[in-house]
Order: sequence, then C-alpha cells, then structure tokens
Amino acid sequence: MSDKLQRLKYEVAFEMLRELVAQLESGHIPLEETVSLYAYGQELAAHCQKLLEDAELKVRVVEERG
Amino acid sequence: MRKYSVREITQVIQALFTAEPKLVDLWVIGEISNLAKARSGHWYFRLKDADAQLRCVMFRREARRVRGDVLTGQEVLVHGRVGVYGARGEYQMVVDVLELAGGAGDLHLQLEALKAKLQAEGLFDQERKRPIPAIPRRIGVVSSPAAAAWQDVQKVLRRRYPLVEILFSPTLVQGQDAPWQIVGALDRLEREGDIDVILIVRGGGSLEDLWCFNDEAVARRIARCAVPIISGIGHEVDFTLADFAADKRAPTPSAAAELATPNRDDLRLHVDQLQQRIDGRMAAALQERRSGLQQLRGNLQFLSPRKPLQQAQAAVSDQRARLERVAQGHLLQKRERLESQRRALAAADPRQILARGYALVQDERGVYIRRAQQVRAGQGLRVQVAEGQFRVKVDDVG
Repeated sequence: MSDKLQRLKYEVAFEMLRELVAQLESGHIPLEETVSLYAYGQELAAHCQKLLEDAELKVRVVEERG
Repeated sequence: MRKYSVREITQVIQALFTAEPKLVDLWVIGEISNLAKARSGHWYFRLKDADAQLRCVMFRREARRVRGDVLTGQEVLVHGRVGVYGARGEYQMVVDVLELAGGAGDLHLQLEALKAKLQAEGLFDQERKRPIPAIPRRIGVVSSPAAAAWQDVQKVLRRRYPLVEILFSPTLVQGQDAPWQIVGALDRLEREGDIDVILIVRGGGSLEDLWCFNDEAVARRIARCAVPIISGIGHEVDFTLADFAADKRAPTPSAAAELATPNRDDLRLHVDQLQQRIDGRMAAALQERRSGLQQLRGNLQFLSPRKPLQQAQAAVSDQRARLERVAQGHLLQKRERLESQRRALAAADPRQILARGYALVQDERGVYIRRAQQVRAGQGLRVQVAEGQFRVKVDDVG
C-alpha cells in the first residue's frame, strides 16, 4: 500500500472509495483502468477498515493562552 | 340537527382544550384566593387578578412538593395545564408546580421574559439551525473536566467513533462564574478553527445548578458560534436557553455525543458494502470481456480461410483422381497395344517357325539358301533347326 494512501484520513479515504465505486459502476471503462481502479478501491477499503479498527480517541485540552 | 348527550358535548369541549398547545403546558401568575387544603391532601384554589379568575386544583403528590407556606392573598407562579372538569362542567387548571413570587418563581418569570425576548429576535428560529456533519474529524467539547458528562461523552465517542479528535475546552458549568467561562470556552474553540461540531454538555442538576445555561450571554454566544453546536444539558426533561439556541438539542450528554458521530459498526458495514460492490463490478467487467471475446472468437472461426482452403484441396485431389483414372486408362490401352505388337513380333520370330519344323539353311559364307540354283552337288551347307544345328552335304540338285 502506498505511503500516500496510508496518510489519508478516514473521511477522505471513505469519500474517495465512494467516488471510485460510483465511477466503476457508472459505465464502460477500459479493462486496464477497471483493474487499477479495483486494486486501488481494495486498498482504500482496507485502509478504512484498518483506521476503524485501530483508532484511539485523541484528546487535546484547549486552555486559555497567557 | 344532531342531538348530543351532555357527556358527548363535554367530550367535544374537552377535545378543544387538549388541542390547544398553550393550554397543555403553561405558566400563570396571579394571586391565590379561596385556598382549600382538603383532608385528602389535594388543594383547591383560585388564581385571580383585577379582571379575572381561574379555578385551580393541585393534587396531593404535587402539593407536597411545594416549598414555603402558601396562604390566600399571596402572589404565586403556577405551572400546569388547563382542562375541562366534566363532572362539574367547569374548566380548571391542574397545577403541578407552585412557586411563591419573589422566590424561585421570579427566576422563572425572568427566564420566560428572556426566552420571549430572544425568541422574538429570532435567536431560536429553525431556519438558523445548521446541519451537523455526518462524519466529523474534530469535535470541540465544552464542559467541566470534573463533570461526569465529560466522561460520558468520551466513553460514547471512544465506542462509536474513536477516529475523531477531541478539543476539550474546560469551563465551570455551575455558579456565578460559569456563564463568562462558557463564553470563553466557546471563544477558544472558535479561534482553534477547523472544528466540525461543538458539544456543550453538563449532567443533571437542580434548576439552579443548570442556571448558567439560561444566561443571556451564553445563549447569544451559542447562537452566533461559527461552528454548529449540539447541547446536552441535564436530563430529558430539562430545557435551557442554551438548548434553544443550539443547532441541535440532545436530551443528555451521551446523546449529544451520539448525535455528533456515526456509529463505527455502521461505517464498517458501509465499507464492506462498497468493497462488495467493487468486487461485483470487477467480476462483471471481466465476465463482459470474456463473453465478448467468446463471441468474437466464434465470428472469427466462421470467417476463417480454413474452409475454402479445404474446399480447394478437395477439388485438387478430385482432379488428381480423375487425372489418374484417365492416365491409367491410356496406359492400359498402350500396354495392350504393346502386347499385341509383341505377340505379332513373336509370331514373326524365325525360331517360332523353326519350332514348327522348318529349318534355315546357310552356305559357308552365311548366305541363306532360298533357291535350289544357289547350291551344287557336293557343297557343304549348315542347317539350323529349332534346337541346334548340323552340317549336311548336297547330294544332288534336282
């Protein structure tokens, strides 16, 4: 999986996945492109699932400055 | 004309009362008169002012909760509903809260006045409410670090959607200093920027405990906040001005956290479904190509040059066979003719003639003797017969 994909936040990755699925389902795409879209879609989905599994709540306290 | 029974028409009138929202939940201020505390524990009295009076009943359960001595002639604030008491054909107010004016009752009055003012300004209008993002990245939380509400919120977020980042802006949520601190906490979050939604939460408490959320400055700050706000203050039954000013009101702090986030299980399911869809699409794309290819291959087979080639080959071998047959015929004929020649030749062979008993006669020089004049008596001649030869001497020439 590419580094760039690894760094995607969940909402972004999920949105990309949704768009990719829509694109795949929209109509006739050259086979080569279908295959690469498919592979990328699988990676996005796996990334999303992993983020959902591994996430730990991050809490930052916003205090008065000065 | 239809004729009603008294009961029927009373039911019609009762329905009119319950259909009017103002009458099922209202506050009334007035002076108590004709107060009768029955032995049953119920209270009966009238509320009056200069121009009108209202018959009231307060049942034992609610009457027991009234603080302070209630006497005829006192100014009070009551809450309840107005309905029809059919048995007497009267309308009356069923009171569930009674407060003496100058006590907590004043707070209520102030609150109602403030609420009316802000409402008139449009601060609570539905059109002002902004949508809450479905999948937030950063959530601001305004609460007290010590509050159970803050723990509840974290628990819910950890369970439902731990991907979110929380910016916690601590504040007092009770007491005199709470209002300006709450405003400050919202200011800080707004300055942080890039926040999708803010939760403003506090657990349950008495009316006085929650009072800071009825503060005008707090309500106004919430209304003009750049980020959508979900309020979760007190319990289900508590409504504060902060709740009215917020974009969404949740009945409790936990509920506020739930409203702000998607459920992780739902998201997993959703991702699963998307994955299945791309799987399906991929399989379909391959299948499409496969059957397309199959089709083309069929077409190609149909158009293949093999068939005419075979036909040509067949024609050639056909011709060849005919040729052979013809050639064979000629050959046979020739062979027969040859044979007959050969037979003719054989018939002409002198040895054949010799075999029939004839003989060849030659002189010494090898000249064949055809006429008798060619020889003289005493001449030696060579005679050849079918098998072998011999010499003879001419005896006499005839």
